[in-house]
Amino acid sequence: MSVRTSQVPAAPRVSPEGLLETPRERWIRRAERRGPLVVLVAVCAAATIASPSDASWSDVSTILGNNAFVWLLALGMTFVITTGGIDLSVGSLYALGGVLAARGSSSGPWLAILLPLVVCAAWGAVQGILVAYGGMAPFIVTLAGLLGARGLLQALTNQGSTTYLVPAHSWFRHLGAGTWVPVGIVAALFAIGWVLMERTGYGATLTAIGGNQDSAVLLGLPVARAKVLVYLLSGTLAGAAGALGGARLGSGVTTIGVGYELTAIAAVVIGGTLLTGGYGTVGGTVCGVLLLAVIHHLIDRYLSQYGSAMTDAVNGAFLAVVVLAQALLERSRRR
Amino acid sequence: MPTSPDEPDPSAPSAVGAPAGAPAALEARRVVKSFGGVHALRAADLLVRPGEVHALMGENGAGKSTLIKLLTGVYRPDDGVIALHGTERAFRTPLEAQTAGISTIYQEVNLVPMMSVARNLFLGREPRRYGLVDLRTMNRLASEILERYGVRVDVTAPVHTLGLGARQMVALARAVRTDARVVIMDEPTSSLEPREVQTLFDVIRTLRDQGSAVVFVSHRLDELYEICDRVTVLRDGRTVHSGAMAALPRMELISLMLGRDLVAAQDGRVTAFAPDRSQRRPAPDDAALAELLPAGRRGRWARQAIPGDSDSNATDSGRAALSVSGLTDRHRLRDVSLDVAPGEVVGLGGLLGAGRSETAQAVLGAHPAAGTVSVDGKRIRRRNPQAAVRAGIAMLAEDRKAEGVIPGLSVRENIVLAALPRLSRAGIVSTARQDRIVEFFMNRLRIKASGPEQKVQDLSGGNQQKVLLARWMCLNPRVLLLDEPTRGIDVGAKAEVQGIIDQLAAEGVGVLLISSELDELIEGSDRVVVLRTGSVAARLDGDEVTAPNLLAALAGDGSGLGEPETGEPELGESESESAGPESGGADEGEGNAS
Amino acid sequence: MTATVIEPVDGAGTRERILDLSQRYGVYVALAVLIAVATALNTDFMSVSNWRVQMFEAAPTVLVALGMALVIGTEGVDLSVGATIALAASIVPLYIGYGPAPAIVLALLLGAASGLVGGSMVAFAGVQPIVATLSLMIGVRGLAELLNGSSAKPVADATIGDLGEHTLAGIPLMAWIALAATAIVAYTVRRTTFGRQLVAIGDNKRASLLAGLPVRRVLVTVYVLSGILAALAGVLIVGHGAEADPANQGLNMELSAITAVVVGGTPLSGGRVRVVGTVAGAMFMQLISAVLIQHNVPTSTTQIVEAVLICLAVYVSRERGTR
Repeated sequence: MSVRTSQVPAAPRVSPEGLLETPRERWIRRAERRGPLVVLVAVCAAATIASPSDASWSDVSTILGNNAFVWLLALGMTFVITTGGIDLSVGSLYALGGVLAARGSSSGPWLAILLPLVVCAAWGAVQGILVAYGGMAPFIVTLAGLLGARGLLQALTNQGSTTYLVPAHSWFRHLGAGTWVPVGIVAALFAIGWVLMERTGYGATLTAIGGNQDSAVLLGLPVARAKVLVYLLSGTLAGAAGALGGARLGSGVTTIGVGYELTAIAAVVIGGTLLTGGYGTVGGTVCGVLLLAVIHHLIDRYLSQYGSAMTDAVNGAFLAVVVLAQALLERSRRR
Repeated sequence: MPTSPDEPDPSAPSAVGAPAGAPAALEARRVVKSFGGVHALRAADLLVRPGEVHALMGENGAGKSTLIKLLTGVYRPDDGVIALHGTERAFRTPLEAQTAGISTIYQEVNLVPMMSVARNLFLGREPRRYGLVDLRTMNRLASEILERYGVRVDVTAPVHTLGLGARQMVALARAVRTDARVVIMDEPTSSLEPREVQTLFDVIRTLRDQGSAVVFVSHRLDELYEICDRVTVLRDGRTVHSGAMAALPRMELISLMLGRDLVAAQDGRVTAFAPDRSQRRPAPDDAALAELLPAGRRGRWARQAIPGDSDSNATDSGRAALSVSGLTDRHRLRDVSLDVAPGEVVGLGGLLGAGRSETAQAVLGAHPAAGTVSVDGKRIRRRNPQAAVRAGIAMLAEDRKAEGVIPGLSVRENIVLAALPRLSRAGIVSTARQDRIVEFFMNRLRIKASGPEQKVQDLSGGNQQKVLLARWMCLNPRVLLLDEPTRGIDVGAKAEVQGIIDQLAAEGVGVLLISSELDELIEGSDRVVVLRTGSVAARLDGDEVTAPNLLAALAGDGSGLGEPETGEPELGESESESAGPESGGADEGEGNAS
Repeated sequence: MTATVIEPVDGAGTRERILDLSQRYGVYVALAVLIAVATALNTDFMSVSNWRVQMFEAAPTVLVALGMALVIGTEGVDLSVGATIALAASIVPLYIGYGPAPAIVLALLLGAASGLVGGSMVAFAGVQPIVATLSLMIGVRGLAELLNGSSAKPVADATIGDLGEHTLAGIPLMAWIALAATAIVAYTVRRTTFGRQLVAIGDNKRASLLAGLPVRRVLVTVYVLSGILAALAGVLIVGHGAEADPANQGLNMELSAITAVVVGGTPLSGGRVRVVGTVAGAMFMQLISAVLIQHNVPTSTTQIVEAVLICLAVYVSRERGTR
């Protein structure tokens, strides 16, 4: 069982303080950590300078308000990716959550909130159990989850022919109305997520699992339980996002959410979370989703003739650059 | 089997030198563990008393790691008893062992690279405030704790920014809690500098004085004699010696570990190697082989038959088959140079961690290192395995499973794997030719398989090794690097593999032979180069290749013959400050690919 | 431990052996059972017209799945195939003015280029295959829609239309093409240096590297091949539908292809490529949804059945035992 000596990454000898970093390396590390924020600020600044008159509060409210709930998918994804996993089912669970919320709202607003949370949490937990105890690849388990959740959604809505509406006077609708209520809810959840990642032992366990699962086991950390919980968390957040989305739209829309998992992954990775696991940053994910939202907004404004295609192309290129940079930095670190 | 006259019966090591009445802090009695039918531990005993530092010794595969993992709850013993402070315990998880007071520092540093130093230090037991991690307290405590270990770093920086030594200290600080009754250290010094080793020893002494029991695994003999009170030696899964450290001379310790009886060393041959070079014979069907093998695209591949007659002293006959100079990597190798003449077997000796495998891998270009490698006088410019193989170097890796066989493929495919491009025309494999070669080698090497289509993963270790030898033989290499070619294979196969090595040398191949078995090195090699902590410590030539000389060179006593480089300071001595590997790398870095 | 001698399976081995057999031959048995049941339920199932329809539907998936099988054989995955189909689809109407051949060649070249980018990220930069091809998946589809514009464009060219609609000896031309591709890929995997190196690299990358195999070159080539096969499927899809619609064509194709490969018995852990199994897997998934739809089972159930089948196939082919 001993690790082969030749595979231990060679490292330079240490200076007396034990600190290895040259100023350049420290600069790279900081750039890596603050990179998303810097790019975000730069893009916003450039856009403002380019046309100062256009940068208004209405812009901000458009950027923030329209899609805020979808960002919760990226929040859940941050935790999953930190453990070295991936959750492809969130787009489907988002749509499922919306439909369940609309359906539950006819029996009262509390059910509208609880039903999607419980169902999506259970769905996530099953995926987590298959991953943690069944030893199956997260990629394929959640891929099946993506298909299965869509199927469940179709079954609930009679193949999409039934549309559940949220009663017009239900206070549930207020959760999704306007700009600031949704943004407030999402911000609060992100804050809780940040605390979970940075200030609890659970966050540390997730990071340790992603960094080196074997040593996490050797350290006596509850690896399997933490993994189940992380998929449960991701499913729950997707369900919550769907429910709030349903509140905003006033009905359960079956066709939404396709491909949202990809956007969520892109936002997380652009934010600086390592796809190989072992490092996750909720703050970075905030920057990632905002950056994607701003880019989307700018393309809408200046290149609207190209539509969403331009957004996709830019997002894809952006993602490629970020993962390449991550891989190359990682490699230079290993040297 | 007791190996020296004054050695007490190893079956009852718990009685050895134990002061009356002192209860063992940690004890393992006749523990047995096997994996898939292979015995890793046959009957291991270990007794560690409170307030002592206990060395656990053994070569690779002796069962040290397994024993440690049994003691720390990673594995559970098949048989035998593990007792902590006189009470029998069965740990089911590492956590249980930790809670019971056994702290462990594993060989591989178990830190989360992207997490901050302080968080790593407190992983799993963070100080809380209002239910949340109290970062300020945690960082303050971390700084204080690390200060005691002589490490002054920014505890909020991620661990990967620290050097290996500092990382090891962080791992140590995490494992050693004040309430630890037993601390197990699996090679904690392998990445430390001398100054850091002393800091570590201070920590160990403090622990000892507190009454904790320390189990210390290391391959640096100097350190063992400096810090350890008692020693237990494992070999082949059994405890072969247990006693006071100071009462065991170095040479005897090494012969215990390697299973070489000093008294019996002089007479009788135990390997299948030819007694000397003049008696090596090429394989009888060599001509048939030459016809069968592809000539290859380059002239270099044409077979150059160099008769193995005793007159031609190949070292003088001009070009070396392999010439390596100045191999230096960032951590483990230090200016390793050696030559192998055609038809010569050069042994590469050294204890575990001396850099033998790294040397072989660096020659092949699979381990990043500066320095030059030439085959037949031609320097290999691009340092990667592909180029090295094309130039005529072949390596039998130490870890057969991870780096040798392709387990899911058949015997046939494993044999022809490297030669595929040469056996195909326009990228299409010629089955007929392939079959002839596979049949030839299966016969010649007597590979026991149900047929060429059997999967390699279902073969025994010895047959797997022969398949790998065949893979390289059908390339007609100029140089063969053999890293522990006979480890973990049965006696019959071992003799056969040794015979094949002789044949290959007789056919003019230059062989670099790495072996932990002294007999194999002594009887199989024409010369031996001994490595110690990453640099060449001794070169033994011809008649100098004897067991006492080799043992002396391995032990670093300086009493042996043929140590042309005795004056050279070792890695980690004062010299290392001025001539760091960085400067060496800069000098010779041009030929080095990543 | 290095000295492991693998003994004949004992005790718990029966279950292992059943799993192994079902991984190897399960798909053929399942396919046979499915056809038998479908025929029993509805004799029209065996009609020529039904089979022709199924072949039209399955052929592009088979092509894409063949490339995917090669990629998965190297322990990778290629998520960009659906987007590559869209890219090929967007190119065809743009260059059809120069004649069908240049348009098709250009489409295939772009597919190869997309594979080259993904493969280089994997082989040279060391990016995980999922991520590398994910970025392509997002970006390339965007690019395709940019090239094409927002709405679907009709493609009236006869040659391309024939590729998608024509039948030869009663069998769709598309199916012939898929069959030819299957034969070529099967031959490549079994008989060529490249194919054997591919399998070896997927099984044990480190050992392959030490054996002097051109690991990077093989990896890049695999992704390029996957790109070309996807582009070919894209051309056929355009021909079959007589329109280019990059926004919708090839959507979720990566999922269908991965499913076909996995159901066909290729383990996700690499080191084995089951070409015929992959084709059977693609046919099985196509037929099962067709049968369910023919019997008025709602699509929701179909999707759930597919999800369960994927899980089952992965469970059976899970890495276990000796490695």
